[in-house]
Amino acid sequence: MAKDELGETLHLVGTRPLRPDGLDKVTGRARYGADVSMPGMLWGAVVRSPHAHARIVKIDASKAEALPGVKAVVTRADFPEGLTGENWNLQENTMAGERALYDGHAVAAVAATSALRAQEAARLIEVEYEVLPHVIDVDDAIRPDAPVIREGAADATVPEGSPPNVARYIEFGHGDTEAGFAAADLVRERSYKTEATHQGYIEPHACLGQLGADGKGEMWVCTQGQWYIRQMCSSVLGLEAAQLRVTPSEIGGGFGGKTTIFMEPLSLALSRKAGGRPVKIVMTRSEVLRATGPTASASMDVKIGMTKDGMITAAHAEFRMQGGAFPGAPVDMALYCAFAPYKLPAAQHIGYDVLANRPKCAAYRAPGSPMGAFAVESLIDEMCRELGLDALEVRLKNAVKEGDRASYGPTFGSIGLVETLEAAKSHPNLAAPLGPNQGRGIASGFWFNHSGETSVSLAISEDGTVQVSVGTPDIGGSRASIALMTAETVGIPYEDVRVNVVETGALGVNEPTHGSRATFASGKAAVVAARQAIAEMCRRAAAEWGIDPEAVEWANGAAQPAGPNAGKFPPMGIEEIAAKMGSTGGPISGHHESVPEGAGASFGCHVVDVEVDPETGRTTVLRYLVVQDAGRAIHPSYVEGQFQGGAAQGIGWALNEAYIYGEDGRLQNAVFLDYRVPVASDLPMIDTQIVEVPNPGHPFGVRGVGETGITPPLPAIANAIEAAAGVRMRSLPMSPPKVLAAIRAAREG
Amino acid sequence: MSKIHVTTTVNGDEVEFLADPRESLLDCLRDHLGLTGSKEGCGTGDCGACSVTLDGTLVCSCLVLGVEAEGRQVATIEGMAEGNELHPLQRKFLEHAALQCGFCTPGILVAAKALLEKTPDPTETEVRYWLAGNLCRCTGYDKIIRAVLDAAAEMRQEAA
Repeated sequence: MAKDELGETLHLVGTRPLRPDGLDKVTGRARYGADVSMPGMLWGAVVRSPHAHARIVKIDASKAEALPGVKAVVTRADFPEGLTGENWNLQENTMAGERALYDGHAVAAVAATSALRAQEAARLIEVEYEVLPHVIDVDDAIRPDAPVIREGAADATVPEGSPPNVARYIEFGHGDTEAGFAAADLVRERSYKTEATHQGYIEPHACLGQLGADGKGEMWVCTQGQWYIRQMCSSVLGLEAAQLRVTPSEIGGGFGGKTTIFMEPLSLALSRKAGGRPVKIVMTRSEVLRATGPTASASMDVKIGMTKDGMITAAHAEFRMQGGAFPGAPVDMALYCAFAPYKLPAAQHIGYDVLANRPKCAAYRAPGSPMGAFAVESLIDEMCRELGLDALEVRLKNAVKEGDRASYGPTFGSIGLVETLEAAKSHPNLAAPLGPNQGRGIASGFWFNHSGETSVSLAISEDGTVQVSVGTPDIGGSRASIALMTAETVGIPYEDVRVNVVETGALGVNEPTHGSRATFASGKAAVVAARQAIAEMCRRAAAEWGIDPEAVEWANGAAQPAGPNAGKFPPMGIEEIAAKMGSTGGPISGHHESVPEGAGASFGCHVVDVEVDPETGRTTVLRYLVVQDAGRAIHPSYVEGQFQGGAAQGIGWALNEAYIYGEDGRLQNAVFLDYRVPVASDLPMIDTQIVEVPNPGHPFGVRGVGETGITPPLPAIANAIEAAAGVRMRSLPMSPPKVLAAIRAAREG
Repeated sequence: MSKIHVTTTVNGDEVEFLADPRESLLDCLRDHLGLTGSKEGCGTGDCGACSVTLDGTLVCSCLVLGVEAEGRQVATIEGMAEGNELHPLQRKFLEHAALQCGFCTPGILVAAKALLEKTPDPTETEVRYWLAGNLCRCTGYDKIIRAVLDAAAEMRQEAA
């Protein structure tokens, strides 16, 4: 039994019961996006541009329409006009208008009686293109003479005279950076590049949409956020949101990539045109890689001043990021996060969001933070090396604490960076001996953690068990954590709670499972809802006892007479109250709707040991440690799982993953064989240490844990490679050919 | 294209279906037989989410044509538990929290079962290389490897 620092004795929180959805998931019964079919269902297929940038001259679907079994073809002409802002961006990305803006951009879609027939029909749709000049790399795209992706894309933040593909500009900072650099003993300025990577969820996007001529529709879809799907599909198709009912399937991974729409509106548009028959669309892996949101690529210049004893005096960052043919590269987030672990006397940040002929980027686990960390944490390591300082001690010396002003503006509340660094320092992995060609790297990471619109409903069943309805899809065990918190609050067994992820018709608006918010926000709302139900159960008991409701308290799953009435009546258990609730006032439930405050920032520190083969340049990860502040680990196994999963994705990004384009602007590695994510034999066990600095903004002290873990691996591995091989890699991925070239250059130099 | 009548055995039951000759075994399992436990993550044999055994050999069912199943024995995730009694691997995956989203889980369980039938006492490295054809993007593999090793240990004990 753990004693909570918040003053509660906990029975369930912090234990590791089996997850409630586990049995379905190990037996193949769990239903994911592509697993559901309906009577009268059609299959959809999408025609995609083979060009990076091209004017669409003509679309001729007559041959496809003549094919038996083809029931509908849609193009942009089937979508409403006049949208603006992000709604227009979403519509344009769903289906190209005048121009195809990237390789894989949808230009038409077809529905037919079978998947094969739909694919056949898609091949018969003839599209005439006029190929236009394209631009892929962010540094090329920001040139004044680059091919223009969209006239007038710049918003009001962009200074007059900026290059044509700059869509947004951001600038912020504090203090006197010139004075700071002047006070430093060492000032270094370096440039870094990171490539676009894909979230790489194993489940391709899938949906089953139905829309009648009356504007009423339904959708079954794998998504992180059913209300986002509803709102975006409604906007893009000109529907009334309340008439579209969206049910989330089990979700086969998302990592941010399933917080938006891609082909979902196409299934609805096809359904409407096919007389309201449901239409199922399942993407291929190649479609996922070519046409759904990867992350942005980045080009970054960072300058840091440091005294000889390791105090940072000033910092400057200029980041250029492309997030595809639409605004939305997370350059702002990257800058906010870049120096977040450090208390800086002065810092300046400049960012450019640049358009390029690539797919529209989507959120990917701590969007922007890994890029910023790669640049800043690499440079700090390099400067520590030059000054002969211990990289962990320098991080401790400059670490932000509660009450410090964050580099991005606000003042930190309770945070656990120092505790995290101290825990890393005393971990046995730091004392593990290293052999030849081996090196150790460390890096910190940060994510804000998000709260977001949240609506939860809780109801007491007739037998005293409890059902909780949440709007945040369960991607990695959130049903278990929410059930634990609910059961702890009500004082009943974990098994007596069922947490249901519900459709849009069942609750008010919920933001998706994103921003590391599900356990924090839905959990917090479930606790508040449970307290409401408890208060009502106390009232029912008080009425029966004929005493004042204030004289009743709740403990161990039962109403207990308190104060002067203590002991006068035996406790009335939840089963008893529930059994007669029909005759004592009706159903007992609780609801909570809010944007919960106090998400609580998250810091982590990773320590990695690598071996670099000097003959091939291949980096092997020998040992990996994730230390992160979880506030309070509700179900520690799934907290560890988030740490390990984030680290593995970061390792992939650091060493191997990248979008590779040909001169023609086509993506060359649009299959898993060539877009190679880490496999089991690439990785060691990933050690974890959960630090718990309780978040005062949550009843059990929870901080989100989903995202921070992807941030430190990029620089930690670069730092380890320098320690092992004596070469500093400033562009990702640090693949064998690049590392080998650097080793050879160093030998010759 | 005219369809071909296929008779085969899936998880011990004789079944029949009409397959378009272009359809994969995975398509036939999912769309003709309603066995949606096997998943399509790539369709190119790179991710292993569709792993099944064909006459006892581990295959990616997306790389086998449905018509090739004629007269063969297919085993899928749906046949792994005996009634309500889970296979030790299934139990250990739950106990070790070896799944997050669960999408790769059926394929990994089928693949791990095939490993333990051949190699009851695998090393960590052997498990990692055997499962290198089964992608998991959520877990970093740590808990999966531990669950497989633990299940192997339990199965050896039971066999002894």
